[in-house]
Amino acid sequence: MQPSTLDPLTTYTVRLGDDALVSGHRLSEWTGSAPMLEEELALANVALDLLGRARLCYGYAAERTGQGCSEDSFAYQRDCRAFTNHLIHELPRGDFAFTMARQFMVDCLAVPFLQGLARSLDSRLAGIGAKCVKESRYHLRRSTDWMFRLGDGTEESHRRLQSAVDELWGFTPELFAQDALEAELVHSGVGVDLEPLREPWLTAVNQTFSGAGIVLPALDWQVDGGRQGLHTEHLGHLLSELQFVQRAYPGQQW
Amino acid sequence: MTLSDLQLFEVFLRPRRGLDHKHVGSLHAQDPAQAIEYARDVYTRRGEGVSIWVVRSADIVASQEGDVEPFFDPLDDKPYRHALHYKLPNSVDSM
Repeated sequence: MQPSTLDPLTTYTVRLGDDALVSGHRLSEWTGSAPMLEEELALANVALDLLGRARLCYGYAAERTGQGCSEDSFAYQRDCRAFTNHLIHELPRGDFAFTMARQFMVDCLAVPFLQGLARSLDSRLAGIGAKCVKESRYHLRRSTDWMFRLGDGTEESHRRLQSAVDELWGFTPELFAQDALEAELVHSGVGVDLEPLREPWLTAVNQTFSGAGIVLPALDWQVDGGRQGLHTEHLGHLLSELQFVQRAYPGQQW
Repeated sequence: MTLSDLQLFEVFLRPRRGLDHKHVGSLHAQDPAQAIEYARDVYTRRGEGVSIWVVRSADIVASQEGDVEPFFDPLDDKPYRHALHYKLPNSVDSM
């Protein structure tokens, strides 16, 4: 199940699944400790949407892989270096402003990305895109709303949101990086070309942040490596929790 | 936003087209826009509705316990106001 042994389309599908699983897991960590009941349910709903997205991707990848591979093989039986999610998703949830700022930046790209995926020449990926874009539109509506509420809220909420954006900004260029594998899939009409999405994303993000009184930081540092399996120290801790049951009781079902 | 800034809203859902909105519960939110979103997340997770109304609970004028006698008691002995003596045709499911 190492990425190198999978064909390009399967690898691409697993990448999308990894993004969804890891970000969904981070959101699910709010369950039981969200600021209020209503927000807790809303966050859990988004987490479940992302978990469902991961299952669609892993399920498809498992079918393509065969050899008894299942969606669980991807979620539970790989270690850090085999995970290929973007780094931004694995950062600890931080405070509520951090979680929502990350969610907003990610949602802002997810909507046009999934629209593009819905036009993929691979019909299964197109189906995943068409189904998930509806959810992402709602996620974006919610996260945009929170940018205004936090940015225009109290002195404290503004400060926390600004510092979250400062912390996250260097992780955003990775969302648009394309390696040879993705370039090839874009060329064959299967993958989504991220390059044309970059400028509109920046404009949209900037528009909301300036409306909320948040200043975009200078891009004086940036990191990547997620797609190559080079992660921050945080992913291992996340996986140790996410994978605990399958690690302790391999093959258990209920 | 502190919890004391929150207002209470009543939530009404229309389960299907052609049916009336029904009261399903209440929730806290900062304003009506947020209340609609929370209503979606709290009350329609399993496809319960096709339309949501939210109303500030404070805006609802309700009859009081003391109104029960003058409002409702006199109706007890006026059976002629009820359509109790008509048999519904089978083709009418309910009224």
